[in-house]
Amino acid sequence: MTAALVTAAVKGPHIDWVGLSPFMTLIGGAVVVLLLGLFSSRFVRTELVPALALVAIGGAIGLAIGLLGRNTSIISGALAIDDLALVIDLVLLVTGIAAVLLSLRSRAAEEAGHGEFYALLLFSLLGMMVLVSSQNLVTLFLGFELLSIPLYVMCATEMHREGSLEAGLKYLVVGSVGSATLLYGLALLYGATGSTDLSGIARAVNGAGGVKDDALLLTGIAMTTVGLAFKASVAPFHQWTPDVYEGAPTPVTAFMAVATKAAAFGVLLRLFDVALIGAHHDWAPALAALATITIIVGNVGALGQTSLKRMLGYSGVAQAGYLLCGVIVGTQLGIKATVFYLVVYLAMNIAAFATIVARERETPLGDDLEGFAGLGRRRPQLAIPLTVAMLGLAGIPATAGFIGKFYLIDALVDGGYAWLAIVLVLGSMISLGYYLRVVATLWMREEPVVTAVPPSLVPAAAEGKPLMAGGSQEADRVEPRAQPEVLVVAWVCTAAVIVLGIIPSPLFRLAGEAGKALVGLR
Amino acid sequence: MTLSILIWLPLAFGLIGLFAGAKAAPKVVALGSLAALGVAISFVVRFKTGHGLQFVTDRSWISQLGIHYKLGLDGLNVVLVLLTTFLFAVAAIGANLREWDRPAQFYLWLAIAESAVLGAFVAQDLILFVAFFDLMLIPFYFMAGMWGSGDRETRVRGTTKLVIYTLVGSLLMLAAAIATGVLASSQHGTHITFAISDLQRLKLSTGSQEWIFLCFAAAFLVKMPAFPLHGWLADGYRAMPLPALAVFSGVLSKVAAYGFLRIVLPVFPDASVHFQTLLLLIALCSILYGSVMAFAQTNARLVVAYSSVAQLGFITLGIFALNEQGVQGALLQMVNHALVTVPLFFIVGLLAARAGGSEDLRDMGGIAFRAPVLASLFLIVALATLAMPGSANFAGEFLILFGIFRAKIVFAFVAAAGVVLAAVYMLRVFIRAMHNRVNPRVDSREIGFGDLIAIAPVIVVILALALYPQFGLKRSASSAKESVAAVGAHPAQVADAAAPSTSTRGTP
Repeated sequence: MTAALVTAAVKGPHIDWVGLSPFMTLIGGAVVVLLLGLFSSRFVRTELVPALALVAIGGAIGLAIGLLGRNTSIISGALAIDDLALVIDLVLLVTGIAAVLLSLRSRAAEEAGHGEFYALLLFSLLGMMVLVSSQNLVTLFLGFELLSIPLYVMCATEMHREGSLEAGLKYLVVGSVGSATLLYGLALLYGATGSTDLSGIARAVNGAGGVKDDALLLTGIAMTTVGLAFKASVAPFHQWTPDVYEGAPTPVTAFMAVATKAAAFGVLLRLFDVALIGAHHDWAPALAALATITIIVGNVGALGQTSLKRMLGYSGVAQAGYLLCGVIVGTQLGIKATVFYLVVYLAMNIAAFATIVARERETPLGDDLEGFAGLGRRRPQLAIPLTVAMLGLAGIPATAGFIGKFYLIDALVDGGYAWLAIVLVLGSMISLGYYLRVVATLWMREEPVVTAVPPSLVPAAAEGKPLMAGGSQEADRVEPRAQPEVLVVAWVCTAAVIVLGIIPSPLFRLAGEAGKALVGLR
Repeated sequence: MTLSILIWLPLAFGLIGLFAGAKAAPKVVALGSLAALGVAISFVVRFKTGHGLQFVTDRSWISQLGIHYKLGLDGLNVVLVLLTTFLFAVAAIGANLREWDRPAQFYLWLAIAESAVLGAFVAQDLILFVAFFDLMLIPFYFMAGMWGSGDRETRVRGTTKLVIYTLVGSLLMLAAAIATGVLASSQHGTHITFAISDLQRLKLSTGSQEWIFLCFAAAFLVKMPAFPLHGWLADGYRAMPLPALAVFSGVLSKVAAYGFLRIVLPVFPDASVHFQTLLLLIALCSILYGSVMAFAQTNARLVVAYSSVAQLGFITLGIFALNEQGVQGALLQMVNHALVTVPLFFIVGLLAARAGGSEDLRDMGGIAFRAPVLASLFLIVALATLAMPGSANFAGEFLILFGIFRAKIVFAFVAAAGVVLAAVYMLRVFIRAMHNRVNPRVDSREIGFGDLIAIAPVIVVILALALYPQFGLKRSASSAKESVAAVGAHPAQVADAAAPSTSTRGTP
């Protein structure tokens, strides 16, 4: 199949292969990785496969950058290759690179057979890219499923751990409900407007004698929103988030937290600000209510968590609420702010998850906050990225989080939603409670004296290493396997958070281009 | 030489210190703070009184949002900048007298704090101001949490309380600041801008002004702190290490008061008049509450803390007299209070060191017999704090009371009681610590040479300012007029307009 595609790429007269090239790169990469994973050579599986996955993603990044500014649509209008899609693609692909690097030495990749794990990752990325490019309800759903199904599997890849299986199953069940709801909603949208094409829907909604306040349309919008809200973990459809985030292997959690959210918001922007902008006065108040609930639920939920992954799950819910604000205003400024915040969100979350990945491999306490106590003194190379990530998520100046929130508030006030800006600010205040707790644990506490650790918390057990239960602090300290790639990921993201907090202009330009891609908005 | 050099110099030295290692860091940062002081002095020397905004740096920072990196000095902030560099230098030298765990980090935070505070003072763009205002809290969070006094649990709790309180105010201010820019540009149909001078011209509608005013006021009143928003004070102050506390109480609270003069009065004049009585009431409550609490405390550190509440109440009172005398008095009092607070906290530290580490007044006593120099230094500071006639504090409080007398006479009478209360609590501390029977636990040593070097310059400046309070007043006069000019134009202040000091300067 790959060979056929390659020859087609050479001839290719009537399909825009150039526009399609990032997608093809990922497909090719996924297939090759999957096949190579069948080799028995350990070198091929543990070194070559991830390397090829990185090459595929890197190639897609290069092609996507090359396509910036073309603003075309391909496959007879099914996929839009505009700057909005490409910028979000870049967010997705960079997250993909981080996920591959974080998975390099993970047990998840090991147990899934390396080839399958990375192939699933690439397919999921492909689904996300299709989703954010989709110009058509059918491609939209196609992308949605292609992103979801590999993720269900990836969540359950640490097969020896009960939590991982549980997470996979839970995600599957909840995700399927979400998919079904979405599909029903899409069908109703088609029923109301007579078009599966986003621009066709827009015409039907805007046009004279349009179906603006049609009950069928409104039901369709509501169900579509619910379906996408499941994926974006918007409250009250977020219940799966903390459980799945906690249970899934951490590299997968990182990937889900950032990439899934970016893809979901990419399609939300396109759906609401292109197809349904004519019904803005109908859906905006409803989404604003959802955003309010999400911000409050996420931030309050995160307060009492002791598992860092769970906490980041709830914090991700809250951040989804912030991101939703950019969709609600329905202006170009809103799109720019959302895209900007997505990039910032990527850097902050990946930095945090990378430190968790590193720490999980060192301490029997896993991602429990206790395991991070006193890290500032002992392992500043881990504590600093986590600190910067937390301060960034809290929106402290001199981090990109500050500028991101600033942009969102700017868009909200400009769009006439000043009250939502106040909600956002109130949410940020609550969030200080848990972000600062992490910082305080890192820097202002001594590391705990580890006494009997329940075996369920001992990762070494499954690898046949001696149990560390009852081990002293020293046993905890001897450890760590070298993991330079995790540190590199953490530090690159940390640098991005700070640099973008001080010199945000380049990112503003990029977000500005993305915002201009959707014409016809204020 | 631009103002950028001034504000980033301490940070640069802090980073050098970080890489120079634990041994050299304290010296490097102290040197950096002295260098910043030198630069600040050069700016004050070159400053031309009455020429408006000077040494302006104006570069686009985030052009898409209309945010500028705009710095400048005028009468309002020139003396405060000098004061900041001076007190940070004192604090850095004072900190050098002690051993700190992980010194390179401690001094880096101290340096970042200085950079952030200077940035907040010279920022002439609303968002830049907010960014620096928020940023300056972070170093104190780490300094208090990692090097603070008291046991770990209460320390971390106190620190977190402090940060959440102040950041809550700051975040409200951020939303309000953005709203100011967006609404001003939409109400006047201009390009979005956050430059304070532009916003002064683009007056907001009264309704917008009012809620925005409340957000700004909340941020500033928490930072000061003022009476109903002071919940973090006791725990936060108890948690902080003394050199950090000295600058925190001395300088950071002034950024808040300065914010009123720089932003609130000129940009939201209608709301300032509208809420004048509310703010005066808050100020009055702060004076009375702070004084009474200061009298009731047995912990010397908290006496100084609550006296700060009272003093900042006076400053708020002067600002919201909304006339030139009040503002001038407030500016002078800001300098005075900063100058007395820093040595007071140092002396509390010295007293605690002599009382077996306890800051409790009941564990002190009788130190004056063996330590006459320490006692006389303390006496000078105490007398300055209680605004003895002849001290600059007296001039400051006099101007404030004079200003408020002309604005709202009732408040002036009650506030005058606050002056008396200051004498009560300051003399109580002095007597308890210095006189009385020698407490058996007290080891009454004389002040050490190193400590003397750190404190003496401040005492000299207090004395110098007592003789020549015009140093600040002269430079701030025209800016103080401008700051209240917009308010003065308001109909409610017509009575004021008849006063001889009315200015024709400033913006319409």
